[in-house]
Amino acid sequence: MIYVPETIKSALSALALNKIRTFLTMLGVIIGVFSVVSLVAVVQGFQNYITDQFSALGSNLILVTPSVGEGQDPSRAFMGNKLSLKNVDTINLYVGDKISVITPSIRIAKTAEYKTKTYASTVVGGNYQSYSVYGLETDTGSYYTKSDDSKKASVVFISSDVKKELFGDRNPVGEKIKIENTNFEVLGVAKPKGGNFDDRIFMPDTSLKAVFNIEALSSIALKANEGLDVDEVMREVKVALLKDMKIDDFSVVTQKDVLSSIDQILGVLSSALAAVAGISLLVGGIGIMNIMLVSVTERTQEIGLRKALGATSKNIGRQFLAEAIFISLGGGMVGLLLGYLSTLAVASFINATIPWWAVALAMGFSIFVGVVFGTYPALSASKKDPIEALRFE
Amino acid sequence: MTPILQAQNVSKIYDMGTTKIEALLGVNIEIGKGEFVAIVGKSGSGKSTLMHILGLLDTPTEGEVILNGINTKGMSEKQLAQVRNNEIGFVFQSFNLLQRTTVLDNVILPLKYSTVPSSEWERKAKEMIEIVGLQDRLKNKSNELSGGQKQRVAIARAMVNDPSMILADEPTGNLDTKTGEEIIKNFLKLNSQGKTIILVTHDDELAQIAQRKIVLKDGCIVK
Repeated sequence: MIYVPETIKSALSALALNKIRTFLTMLGVIIGVFSVVSLVAVVQGFQNYITDQFSALGSNLILVTPSVGEGQDPSRAFMGNKLSLKNVDTINLYVGDKISVITPSIRIAKTAEYKTKTYASTVVGGNYQSYSVYGLETDTGSYYTKSDDSKKASVVFISSDVKKELFGDRNPVGEKIKIENTNFEVLGVAKPKGGNFDDRIFMPDTSLKAVFNIEALSSIALKANEGLDVDEVMREVKVALLKDMKIDDFSVVTQKDVLSSIDQILGVLSSALAAVAGISLLVGGIGIMNIMLVSVTERTQEIGLRKALGATSKNIGRQFLAEAIFISLGGGMVGLLLGYLSTLAVASFINATIPWWAVALAMGFSIFVGVVFGTYPALSASKKDPIEALRFE
Repeated sequence: MTPILQAQNVSKIYDMGTTKIEALLGVNIEIGKGEFVAIVGKSGSGKSTLMHILGLLDTPTEGEVILNGINTKGMSEKQLAQVRNNEIGFVFQSFNLLQRTTVLDNVILPLKYSTVPSSEWERKAKEMIEIVGLQDRLKNKSNELSGGQKQRVAIARAMVNDPSMILADEPTGNLDTKTGEEIIKNFLKLNSQGKTIILVTHDDELAQIAQRKIVLKDGCIVK
């Protein structure tokens, strides 16, 4: 009786006899699995990144944005952006008891200068409550206060990357940075938060409006009180805002809405990747079948000999099938390893992670490809007539 | 003498559609235990067909083959493979060793399809390799051997499962005269130890070493 470990051993030694050929045959599966695993890992990393960003803001965050003039530049106000400070007051008036913090938000891209250094940053204008709306933490110094808001003080609170680029190791508190010819005093520095939160400069929205002459808001961000139904508060905010604007002028979303629409996009992306994976593995499988058929023909005499010595058709079929599966599985494992290495290579840019299901899928698919594309060559090997096969030169 | 191999009224007819080719017609053979028999015939005499049938690689159209008391008629492919493995040792003209595989692994090959436990394989194979005098070539690959050495490996392989008989098909056909003689000496030695040997050849002179000659012509035994 020939049993499984022996089949494995003889399959591996047969493959070892033709190392270059085995490797080239594996290549199709290697590339297929590698590309799928690394792309899935990047998508997963991207998803983690977004989820982290949002959860840093807290699950009770509600965002009011203008329906038109989308984008971060509120200078497009004339395009129909009707969002203004008046809306903040309206929300406070009607829903004030259900929200803990609220801030208007104006975002503009500006370059900050300190001595010879410059840094392209996003300047964010908001009131003193924006600190807790954005979930910021202080590294040194402090955030601006309510009185800075009302005085339209020329003060800023900078993120970690801004500090690093402009000041290096120096303590920036009390120093002045220049944004479009206006000097702003640095009050404090935020702890690193990850992602694009770290390239920002925060200042009172009143100061931003005065200096840069901007009226409309990019958004209004608020947080519902703990324990309240966020969707319910969102609806009340909507109702309140209808007193100021028409329903088409604004939209109110919760973090959950944003997350689910991102999830949807990433889901479509994942399906597209799966399709690419399917195609590349199909191509790899055809390569395996092709080489296995060549191998069966080349080894016709060996097949005849083995049968003469007592191998059954089943033994022969199993041996060739095992070879096909090993090529495919080996390719899958190498592809997975390369995929893993690629996530390490991009680790500094994105925290790409390989989910367990991708590992299982890659291995499962590799075996599947080996079985599907190895069966026909294995069958044709097993069916060889020993007499014809022994005569074959 | 106990018959080890009996072919009773064996015919092999190839149906080619419009014509029928009669490769063997009513062949009766009885070979006793420990005999050294030569099956001789010119090309086209049917000796290859007979060898395939006696080696259970092919089935006769009519008649039956009884090997070591086992009637092989109507056996499944799996059963035939098992009988081949247990009862017959093949030696071929072109050696048929596994390419780039060591002497030891080549000799072990039949054991892989047998019921012999794997812990026994190496010991049994080494024993046979010693009998053919290749013990210092154990780890050499088949392509590193001379023709004579290759055929000695093939003999060790044929012997390793202790078969009832050895079926040698032109075993000296690819060897020079001197090496061929050495190979024949190996067979004679095995025969003197009680092994049944059937030598298939077209070479009348070579057939002289056998105790008995069976001459085939046009699918029939003439002598």
